[in-house]
Amino acid sequence: MIVDLAQSVGTGETVAFWILAPLALGGAIGLVLARSAIHAALMLALTMMCLAVFYIMQSAPFLGFVQIMVYTGAIMMLFLFVLMLFGRDSKDSMFETLRGQRFFAICLGIGLAALLASGLAHAVTGLTIAAGPPTVEGAGGESNVAAIAENLFTTYIFPFEVMSGVLTVAAVGALMFAHVARKGEARNQRQASRERFAPGNYPGPLPGPGVFATSDSTATPALLPDGTVEQQSLSEYVPPRQLTAAEAAPKKTEGRDER
Amino acid sequence: MNDPVWLMLIKGVAVFVVLVLLVLFTIWYERRVVAVMQVRPGPNRNGPFGLLQSLADGLKLAFKEDLMPRTADKVLFIAAPLIAVTCAFTAFAVIPMGPEVSVFGQETALQLADFEVSVLVILACSALGVYGIVLAGWSSGSAYSLLGALRAAAQVISYEIALGLAVLAVFFQSQLMSTGAIVEAQAEGVPLQFGGFELTLPGWYFLILAPSFVIFVIAMIGETNRAPFDLPEAESELVAGFGTEYSSLKYASFFLAEYVNMVTMSALCVTLFLGGWAAPFPNSWWPGANEGWMPLVWFFGKVLAFLFLYVWLRGTLPRLRYDQFMRLGWKVLVPLSLVWIMVLAAINLGVVAEETSVRIAFIGGALIAIVALIFFWPSRKPYEPPTEPDTGLGGFPVPPLDLVVPPSPRGLTEIDHGGNGTAAVGAADDGTGGREREPFSGNQASPRGKEE
Repeated sequence: MIVDLAQSVGTGETVAFWILAPLALGGAIGLVLARSAIHAALMLALTMMCLAVFYIMQSAPFLGFVQIMVYTGAIMMLFLFVLMLFGRDSKDSMFETLRGQRFFAICLGIGLAALLASGLAHAVTGLTIAAGPPTVEGAGGESNVAAIAENLFTTYIFPFEVMSGVLTVAAVGALMFAHVARKGEARNQRQASRERFAPGNYPGPLPGPGVFATSDSTATPALLPDGTVEQQSLSEYVPPRQLTAAEAAPKKTEGRDER
Repeated sequence: MNDPVWLMLIKGVAVFVVLVLLVLFTIWYERRVVAVMQVRPGPNRNGPFGLLQSLADGLKLAFKEDLMPRTADKVLFIAAPLIAVTCAFTAFAVIPMGPEVSVFGQETALQLADFEVSVLVILACSALGVYGIVLAGWSSGSAYSLLGALRAAAQVISYEIALGLAVLAVFFQSQLMSTGAIVEAQAEGVPLQFGGFELTLPGWYFLILAPSFVIFVIAMIGETNRAPFDLPEAESELVAGFGTEYSSLKYASFFLAEYVNMVTMSALCVTLFLGGWAAPFPNSWWPGANEGWMPLVWFFGKVLAFLFLYVWLRGTLPRLRYDQFMRLGWKVLVPLSLVWIMVLAAINLGVVAEETSVRIAFIGGALIAIVALIFFWPSRKPYEPPTEPDTGLGGFPVPPLDLVVPPSPRGLTEIDHGGNGTAAVGAADDGTGGREREPFSGNQASPRGKEE
């Protein structure tokens, strides 16, 4: 049945399929196996883009490009935005917190795969290849976009509106969680200036740390013209200590052997 | 759009060559125009008018040492510039540059590809192109790069919404999503009648959809990371932002992608709002102006005008602060676009409505919405000058308000002879009594002293 269907597609579509299907599958497997969160997200983006090209190949260009714009372009970009804040070297911990978690996960995974496969097998029996995409008379002639619009705003208007409502609630809820009320009144410019120049406060910026040829650490004190340490350049949070000779020695630059 | 394969190959190569040449030209153009604005000559040594300067710079860039930081993610570090360049070049494929012409006996439109939703290709490509910038920043393994990447991600998500809403207005008006068809739809004029006096306005959408045009232009500059919105690579804050760790050809790729994106966005704006390749004057003036190869002149003329706008903005406007930039995107451009889309929909419904009462209700409602928007637009509280001058706290080191400008040292002797100088200096001294008290000695601001 499926074999018959597969044989009736054109050469171009077949070639594209055999290039993109391994890519999509590889992306999906890579998503699970990748250790770094960013790599996993990129693998997901790859799978999404392959799916988008499949849509375009099957005469649904609008759906395909919207998939690229919305999912790959906007949603995955938001994912990346959050993941990038984690730091580059954060990797998945492979430590099991629940006993036997891996075993049950594999069992349930196989069960889910079996369910999906059987469902899919039921769904694809009796499929035929449509003559072309569904079209409706639109402004620019027969149009697939108009057909999507008609379906979306007549038959599926209720689920569509429910989805938009749910998404709006989710966005407002996220804002509520993230919102932090300001403590106290906002200081205006005059108050800030008064506080800055109040007696007992030094109005200028503190002197920066000392930058020498041997060290550019923020813990290095700045020196006054007479060679003594400028006390204000010392951070209150870095405890003073004596450096060992090895620490005080100039650091080597990478890639070149010194002498 | 059923071209033979050889013709598609020729077109593909032609698009590539045109883009690369335009990039070389734009870099020189930008430097020269900014130079003229700053009253200096600009590059004028290599070739006529310095035209070969960008070629020389490009060659020099290619021969520089290619560095990769030790902490870089190798694969992504190399892939990022490739993604940026590929997406930038792909987007231009759907831009119509002219009407049907004959190439070696084959009738074809001056456009590489066109189909039902071709405008979305450009939006999708610009959305994917940002992956190049974001991944470049992340994979470099440096703080400045990462900050640039974060900014790029946030910036593109914000400004893509405004850009998409502006394009949506064009979709509304033309009911088309194909670049070629949108250009053709703008060819018809809009007849207007004022009591017997007939006037045909050009059908270009920048007139009918003026708010969308303005929003599109602002958002497209944000989308291409150009000044005053070039926060991902703000050199005064982030060294070179996402490109800090890049050198040689990889850096050149980002440069190329940025300029190709500028050209593509300009071309998209011309296509959507400025009639594409149509001549900028009524058809009756020169009947042959919109046929054959002539439209290429109009098209590239309009694109160059937009590139000039890019350069002009860069030459005049300072970079926005990040919060100002985000506020402009989310609190001004997006709400404005949303209201404008609703107004446009109401007007369009009103125009096609059968009954007069429905018509009045829709159009009147839209007008009321516009007036309400203008009326209730939140404005800044005007500055109220204080009723009495601020005397400050005790020892507050404010210069006196009646400060007299001290005399120039060069003229001092002369003034002393005349006897006027002493009076001026005395007046200044009267006001600065607080200064002599020396309110701050240097010792009190030590770290320990602050806690007390």
